[in-house]
Amino acid sequence: MSANTWTIAAARDALRKGEITAVDLTMSCLTAIDAGDGLNAFVHKTPDIALDQARAADVRLAAGDAPAMCGIPLGIKDLFCTKGVPSQAASNILKGFRPEYESTVTARLFGAGAVMLGKLNMDEFAMGSSNETSCYGDVVNPWKVDGRKLTPGGSSGGSASAVAADLCIAATGTDTGGSIRQPAAFTGIVGIKPTYGRVSRWGIVAFASSLDQAGPMTKTVRDAAIMLGAMCGHDAKDSTSADIPVPDFEAALTGDIRGKVIGIPREYRMDGMPDEIEALWQKGIAMLRDAGAVVRDISLPHTKYALPAYYVIAPAEASSNLARYDGVRYGHRAKLSAGDGITEMYEKTRAEGFGPEVQRRVMVGTYVLSAGFYDAYYNRARKVRALIKRDFETVFADGVDAILTPATPSAAFGLGEMSNADPIEMYLNDIFTVTVNLAGLPGIAVPVGLDRQGLPLGLQLIGRPWDEAGLLNHAHVLEKAAGFVAKPDKWW
Amino acid sequence: MAIDIDTARKVAKLARIRVDEADLPKLAGQLSGILGFMEQLNEVDVTGVEPMTSVTPMRLKRRADVVTDGNQQAAVLKNAPDAREGFFAVPKVVE
Repeated sequence: MSANTWTIAAARDALRKGEITAVDLTMSCLTAIDAGDGLNAFVHKTPDIALDQARAADVRLAAGDAPAMCGIPLGIKDLFCTKGVPSQAASNILKGFRPEYESTVTARLFGAGAVMLGKLNMDEFAMGSSNETSCYGDVVNPWKVDGRKLTPGGSSGGSASAVAADLCIAATGTDTGGSIRQPAAFTGIVGIKPTYGRVSRWGIVAFASSLDQAGPMTKTVRDAAIMLGAMCGHDAKDSTSADIPVPDFEAALTGDIRGKVIGIPREYRMDGMPDEIEALWQKGIAMLRDAGAVVRDISLPHTKYALPAYYVIAPAEASSNLARYDGVRYGHRAKLSAGDGITEMYEKTRAEGFGPEVQRRVMVGTYVLSAGFYDAYYNRARKVRALIKRDFETVFADGVDAILTPATPSAAFGLGEMSNADPIEMYLNDIFTVTVNLAGLPGIAVPVGLDRQGLPLGLQLIGRPWDEAGLLNHAHVLEKAAGFVAKPDKWW
Repeated sequence: MAIDIDTARKVAKLARIRVDEADLPKLAGQLSGILGFMEQLNEVDVTGVEPMTSVTPMRLKRRADVVTDGNQQAAVLKNAPDAREGFFAVPKVVE
């Protein structure tokens, strides 16, 4: 098998044994990337940086004490600021922006010897569930069952597509309402959103600061454990970054979950949920039970209100965060007419630079924060958020170790199929994932099976705060039992 | 709550996003739909519940009150659409 198809674990072991060089491994990914333009996943390729980093990694590997990520070629979501390399959050308003600094996450990964292959497509400012709001155009899912091109999900759609199509060994993603887990489920890969505060947000273009977390998108749970370890840790530059020890996540993959209590929340059984999703969920429950876990029905009574609360809080924070795009300090500035003042500059710049979905969310956020509506919408949503968090705290206090739910309400849908839909219909994609962001918990999507058409479906496990180690171990058991090895047929 | 065209125009103005008059009815309709969806939150009894302010209860870390960064004028101005003589340049603000 060509090296670009390897996992992080396999590549790490081969690099350490000298069976391949980081340069050769990187070349194999660069070749796959150039052959994968039809997926529109990589939007800024950085082969020169990649080969420089790979050569440096080979020196470290030869010296003998290289970290696990040393020499591993990665794709980086366009939301991460990477020094000297275009970082535009898939938005025209950041066209031409080349940061003078490096995000903490990418600095940590590169410090550990990882290699950057390029920047990955995404929904504009991470706002979307289908990767159709990007200024670079749609990303295509490598999975295909008929003539249609399918969405890889969003917002980390480029990351998901690139990993599933073996254009890279793994990728970074970010997750505000499901943006790592939903695309992972749509493309048959693994994606984990860590506990809020586990990974530094510094240098990641902000969408909704109380919900955003970065995480790895990988081919296996073991890879997620390895890469997450390299991304985590306290950062003085992010005041919400937690100063707590980072465990060895890979060492936690014991495969033993005997006696662990798995909660099955009845409120996640949604009206109109496809039979296949319900069947997959039952299959996952049986797998964990067979592995010795105790399965318990639980109630998270405020689940129904998570989506409306999210769509108040996230746009409110976005309207505030995106106020910085004013055409003054970086990015796009509109051409002005004679007599235009600074207000016209702001208004024209933002109308030209932001796409329709971003404009809509900024305006919704502006409205819910405006005088007279702040209490009715924003404060009420924050109170409901406190209740959603309390629901989880209650079940964890009752002894639940992890919660199993579907990851998405359907398999991947066709690009363009939702173009005439109400914005709310698109928002429903996040129905199983937003609760986790609102409560700040870790959540992971694991591929478990294929639907009738042959498209991947995933389940989500939700863990206790800061228990990524336990969560990854549960996911590892589910992954082994499911034995998901299907790959998309190469058509691109 | 339904958003009328005047409210849509006002929100666009507050958000500093130029919206053509012709596009306001569609925008008003979409905003109304989204806000209507949020109305569900009124079903929840939030009596005595404090609005959530921090995701993880933690005390913000303190540090010594000293300068740790600076003297990066060129880097700060590097990406500006219009920088002159060490400043960001903008259209006239005060008449």
